[in-house]
Amino acid sequence: MKDLAQQPRDLDGNPVTPGLPMAMLAEVTHRCPLACPYCSNPVELVRAQSEIGADDWGRVFRQAADLGVLQVHISGGEPGARRDLAQIVGHARDAGLYVNLITSGIGITKARLEELDRAGVDHVQLSLQGIRPDMADRISGHPGSWDKKMGFADWVTEIGFPLTINAVVHRQNMERLPDMIALAERLGARRIEVATVQFHGWADLNRAALMPTREQAGFARQVVNDARIRLRGRMVIDFVPADHHAIYPKACMGGWGSTGLNVGPNGTVLPCHAAQSIKWMQFENVQERSLSDIWHLSDSFNAFRGTSWMPEPCASCERKTVDFGGCRCQAMALAGDARATDPVCSKSPLRDQVVAGAEEDAAATTADFIYRRMKKGG
Amino acid sequence: MTPLIEAHDVPYLPRGVRLQADRVRGIRVLQAPERAMQLDQIGEAILSELDGRRSMEAIVSDLAARYQAPADQIAGDVRDFLSGLIERRMVFVKDTT
Repeated sequence: MKDLAQQPRDLDGNPVTPGLPMAMLAEVTHRCPLACPYCSNPVELVRAQSEIGADDWGRVFRQAADLGVLQVHISGGEPGARRDLAQIVGHARDAGLYVNLITSGIGITKARLEELDRAGVDHVQLSLQGIRPDMADRISGHPGSWDKKMGFADWVTEIGFPLTINAVVHRQNMERLPDMIALAERLGARRIEVATVQFHGWADLNRAALMPTREQAGFARQVVNDARIRLRGRMVIDFVPADHHAIYPKACMGGWGSTGLNVGPNGTVLPCHAAQSIKWMQFENVQERSLSDIWHLSDSFNAFRGTSWMPEPCASCERKTVDFGGCRCQAMALAGDARATDPVCSKSPLRDQVVAGAEEDAAATTADFIYRRMKKGG
Repeated sequence: MTPLIEAHDVPYLPRGVRLQADRVRGIRVLQAPERAMQLDQIGEAILSELDGRRSMEAIVSDLAARYQAPADQIAGDVRDFLSGLIERRMVFVKDTT
């Protein structure tokens, strides 16, 4: 009987077979000195007093490694906002994980970066909001951010960390993409991630100010294609295109609950960082249940595993094991139904409406942002 | 595609890239910035040879002797495998000129 009760099932009750996760995103805090209007944190931010401690993170990392996780991405908010970041990093390395530090570079001094080096950070990913102070500081909502970032990048190189630049692009900075790639080259980055804003959470509130035009989306692809040829063997370019203008949706998370998981500041475990936008879904917490049980047995992780839960047109689509029906959170946001075919897919009945909406947003004249900030009292 | 490594070049794993046991899956993996690559026996054998001292040529002849295989064939496999990793910036080449 126990076996029957323990059989993982999707949201329709079909049996599913969980695989093993490779990577874990650890959002150790939602506190951040920046206020980027496309922040990937949820709109309801977790406050400092609800954050779990460094020793809790140590336990989570050991459970993650036992579960098959090989890499942890320590992120935030700004992970540097945690005074015990080096301790958290040390726990991750002790657990045998490869440690990627995902940072804005703001609020980490050179001495602290050296401490993080000793604690075992393997690789640093530095975010880029724009090029030059005027653009970068306005988008990040943080005066002085550009200068601090460039100083931080120098320390990264001096210490010798491998560096990735993460350039988030949208309507207000897309023209400067060639300069962002040139900057990454000049900083000696091994990789640059060119990520078009994904319209969840905060970014969704700022659609009219951020949505790229179709021409810009095409321009970005061309710039990336050319740079990949020119920089072959010198710098890797990972590209997240504007999916509102694509034919097929992105294979979000490589399939729900298949290879990655996200643990938030208070220990909430999510199948992806935007999953809380699916309001009816209940998520579990590492303070109450082991990571292994959550991964294998929780309703949230099993909900969209496999392909049996898919409606048409996904169910009979030959790409259902390629893009897995696209992004559940985008389906929630645009179709009002988390199990719907991702509405950006050309096979979705909502596609024309989505494209029309994107073009309307792209044509908007507003440049003003609703910045990502914690409500007072946090 | 032109290969990104010549016979006399010395390949090595740069900082931030390391070979590691994946104890859960019982295989070896190459850990690199935001990427863990599962290795088969051939990949593992090649990467285990990278010591930052020997050239690709020397590594090929050592592998050919150990596995009693034709050096020509091994040279092609090693060059293609390493070129792929150089392209992904997971293997670096020492400047020997």
